[in-house]
Amino acid sequence: MTTLNSRIPEGPIKDKWTLYKDKINLVNPANKRNIDIIVIGTGLAGGSAAATLAELGYSVKAFAYQDSPRRAHSIAAQGGINASKNYMGDGDSNYRLFYDTVKGGDYRSREANVYRLAEVSGNIIDQCVAQGVPFARDYGGLLDNRSFGGVLVSRTFYAKGQTGQQLLLGAYSAMNRQIARGKIEMFNRHEMLDVVKIDGKARGIIARNLITGEIERHSAHAVVVATGGYGNVYFLSTNAMGSNATAAWKIHKKGAFFANPCFTQIHPTCIPRSGDYQSKLTLMSESLRNDGRIWVPAKLEDAKAIQQKKLKPIQIAEENRDYFLERRYPAFGNLVPRDVASRAAKERCDAGFGVNATGEAVYLDFATAIKRYGTEQAKIHGINNASIEKITQLGEAVIEEKYGNLFQMYEKIIDENPYKTPMMIYPATHYTMGGVWVDYNLMTTVPGLYCIGEANFSDHGANRLGASALMQGLADGYFVLPYTIGDYLADDIRTGKIKTDLPEFDEAEKSVKSQLEFFINNKGTHTVDYYHKRLGQVMWDKVGMARNEKGLKEAITEIQEIREDFWKNVKVPGSLNEFNQELEKAGRVADFLELGELFAKDALEREESCGGHFREEHITDDGEAKRDDANFAYVAAWEYTGKPSEAILHKEELEFKDIELKTRSYK
Amino acid sequence: MNLTLKIWRQKGPQDKGRMVEYKVTDISEHMSFLEMMDVLNESLVAKDEEPIAFDHDCREGICGMCSLQINGEAHGPDRGITTCQLHMRMFKDGDTIFIEPFRANAFPVIKDLVVDRMAFERIQQAGGYISVNTSGNTQDANSIPISKQNADLSMDAASCIGCGACVASCKNSSAMLFVAAKVSQFALLPQGKVEAKDRVKNMVMQMDLEGFGNCTNTGACEIECPKGISIENIARLNREYLAATI
Amino acid sequence: MSGFLSSSIARKVAMALSALFLIIFLLIHLTVNITSLFSENVFNELSHFMGTNFLVQFLMQPILIFGVVFHFVMGFVLELKNRGSRSVKYFKYNGAANASWMSRNMAVSGGVILAFIVLHFIDFWFPEMNHKYIEFLPEDPTRYFAELQHKFADPLRVGAYVIAFVLLALHLLHGFQSAFQSVGLNKYTKCVKTLGKIYAIAIPSGFIIIALFHYFNH
Repeated sequence: MTTLNSRIPEGPIKDKWTLYKDKINLVNPANKRNIDIIVIGTGLAGGSAAATLAELGYSVKAFAYQDSPRRAHSIAAQGGINASKNYMGDGDSNYRLFYDTVKGGDYRSREANVYRLAEVSGNIIDQCVAQGVPFARDYGGLLDNRSFGGVLVSRTFYAKGQTGQQLLLGAYSAMNRQIARGKIEMFNRHEMLDVVKIDGKARGIIARNLITGEIERHSAHAVVVATGGYGNVYFLSTNAMGSNATAAWKIHKKGAFFANPCFTQIHPTCIPRSGDYQSKLTLMSESLRNDGRIWVPAKLEDAKAIQQKKLKPIQIAEENRDYFLERRYPAFGNLVPRDVASRAAKERCDAGFGVNATGEAVYLDFATAIKRYGTEQAKIHGINNASIEKITQLGEAVIEEKYGNLFQMYEKIIDENPYKTPMMIYPATHYTMGGVWVDYNLMTTVPGLYCIGEANFSDHGANRLGASALMQGLADGYFVLPYTIGDYLADDIRTGKIKTDLPEFDEAEKSVKSQLEFFINNKGTHTVDYYHKRLGQVMWDKVGMARNEKGLKEAITEIQEIREDFWKNVKVPGSLNEFNQELEKAGRVADFLELGELFAKDALEREESCGGHFREEHITDDGEAKRDDANFAYVAAWEYTGKPSEAILHKEELEFKDIELKTRSYK
Repeated sequence: MNLTLKIWRQKGPQDKGRMVEYKVTDISEHMSFLEMMDVLNESLVAKDEEPIAFDHDCREGICGMCSLQINGEAHGPDRGITTCQLHMRMFKDGDTIFIEPFRANAFPVIKDLVVDRMAFERIQQAGGYISVNTSGNTQDANSIPISKQNADLSMDAASCIGCGACVASCKNSSAMLFVAAKVSQFALLPQGKVEAKDRVKNMVMQMDLEGFGNCTNTGACEIECPKGISIENIARLNREYLAATI
Repeated sequence: MSGFLSSSIARKVAMALSALFLIIFLLIHLTVNITSLFSENVFNELSHFMGTNFLVQFLMQPILIFGVVFHFVMGFVLELKNRGSRSVKYFKYNGAANASWMSRNMAVSGGVILAFIVLHFIDFWFPEMNHKYIEFLPEDPTRYFAELQHKFADPLRVGAYVIAFVLLALHLLHGFQSAFQSVGLNKYTKCVKTLGKIYAIAIPSGFIIIALFHYFNH
């Protein structure tokens, strides 16, 4: 097995990035304008990278499948963004942010990358404020912070419940400035369908204009992929409908290793599925767990009655309720990390205690909090002997102040008043820590091909902490890639424009076209969604929150069968040269059908439980995740060889010099 | 429930387009409106007909991709939501629902219910930004205090999702609320003041070039805006524009 | 239109400023006319002053006429542009769901008011101009009240006036606060809206009362 070169610079961890930046090659401003860079995806990572590269002077071409960069799914992030500013004076520092992130990631991330992330986190906030991002402020006019799960300090900056939106609009505005200057050429409603390699280097892409169906060739000296995660492999997830892994998978097939695909985050507080027609799941902020208590009926017959709507949750007496997180994890209770909370909910539902018609939901109850806040308010207002109604009213007002918009969103979707009856929640796929393998420079195993943001295997190890995704996306795009890419491009100043009539472009275009033509001409029997749903079901059942050897092996076989069926019987209406949404979906699902198999293979190979990856064979005596640092403290990077089943594993051993490996405990 | 849908079909920008009637059956009231459209599309593909093209992405009311004029209202009859958050319980069994694209000359139809909102992009490019380099070497984020009131008002304006419901609802197809939201966001922050004059002039000039109508203060945009952006922002835009030109 | 008036906001502000000017004019007009309800002499005195004062006649009057014409022409131009900005109409457009009838039909109410002004000019202004500046008839400071009473003897004319004033009320119900919004004064929105409602109902009602009063009391 080869050893991957992660190109981590020498020196103490605190100085690595600074020393490295001092030494890397730079491109002189006059030469930059002769260098083209393609950026695929314009979310937080891609958008910030495109803007910064253009500002530095490079000629940037940016691609988005939506009609505007502002629509990227980064926009849906609610909670906030972490930064070690220590404005609260509660002892935060770069080291603490670094430590929390590595620990939260269950010790499966690369120390040097994470430290760099913590180091530039403060700059992100400065940058965003200068750009006009309206972060929440306190009455003194200074920036406000809140706390998030898994850490002991308040370091999360936020803009109402729309932090992702505001940060994305900040990056979008920086892009707009460069588009207006002609430094970024923006290709909206374009989808990248393959990367073109010349002499082993990434030199361009094949893209489809989604309006006209035209296949286009674009050349560049470097290609940056920033297309987000692959959560939609589950069909149902909190990702946008269009979120896809095509760009990441295509570059994998062209030589970029794919790392840790089995590390996927399942978020505990999502609105449950209501029927087979369900198209996506909606996330509700994790902050709800600060005041909500999670429970299911303690008696199976009560659960059955609730599922059949014969019984209402408020009719179940306190002693007949099972507050299972509080029962199992007395120390952290309802505030255990995401992966732990999700698995516990699944365990109860699998045992038959689910509380909606599908049997896949648990209660998140605010009654206790309403009563507690109400009593407190009554005291503050000097109301003696307040009636229960008065206390409830006062308590509900406090809850509304804190979570009003989430409660409203819930009511719109479920049509039940969550102030009066407990909310129903269920875990859903939310974020993928795994992704394209990159070195310290964020370059993949293909020279000149970079991968940033959620699309790379990233800094989050096996589990991501809340409010860290936005931080990583912007850190990569604003502050890391613009430096590291210069080091590579410094050799390219004499290359000149890359021609698009080279045989490599012909070949790539031909294969893209033949796949598209296949879809249109196949005239099969089942729609694309039919296959996507089948794949999702297998993934959720067997490669979901808890995995075991038998299930994973079955999953691999089943995915292969679905894929075979797909290539025989898929039906795509319409024609090539038009706006054709079914055709777009077909290509994406074809890639998910391969990625899903590698995902299962990776999960099968990783014989330990860590972070979002839970193997039922590897548990402690009391049923908790058991990590195996002796054998699995590595990044699993997969090399494509023609079939997912024949992918070759390369291991990047993880060294922990600055942090001691410990077992996470939330008991 | 069973419904009759009257949907705008248009093969491409050159096609004249027409309303076509479809029937859907067994629609659950818990479905979202777009899931109902998914069901219809699946059935059309099964019958070898071409599915209806419509824009959508996040399906949680924030990306601004979904549009649709439903029964004569942008994003349908419910308030404070986008089409993807509209649920079928807002309709009754046997209802006839009209589904049309957002209409304005500045939003040409691409196909069926999909429209081209590039006009919004060009307006943003005309000045919807603060000219600060993304080097990170700016001053510390806390060096300029901003009153909570202004920060909150700025945030309210900034919550615009750029969906175009304001234009679609306005009897004049005016884009004033969209432009006002961006201008206000920056006008309320000290960082935005430096370029305030050029910004408002350039953005309004671009807005006019795109062929949107004039604002006559009917207030329809504010009612239909999924994010409830207030027309007070339009007054602020007017004020900013006057201050910049006089 | 070039220069300043080429921008949509500038036109809108110009509409608002001419509207605010006309709002002030209406108030003065009503103040003078309302005196006819209780004192023939005061009415005649005021009318005589307005009709013969040099400033009013040769400065205010041309400005007023310009204001009226500008408001109509600009309103018409904007209406055409606005209608033209959506060439393909909706099959179903539920305008009532999100905006008042008044705000959506300013051109209709404005058109009716225009028709009324034509009638009003034929009734009062042309004869007045003829009297003073064409035939140079001798000024009789007591003639105004009688002329007023004479005009409101015809029930058809009174009816037309009443209808026009109802439309004026509707026009003002939206127009008053809209003008303030257009010039960017939104800080006192609530106050402006209330004031606008009072004004929009009180002023046309005053004119209607005057017309009816003279119809029944001549």
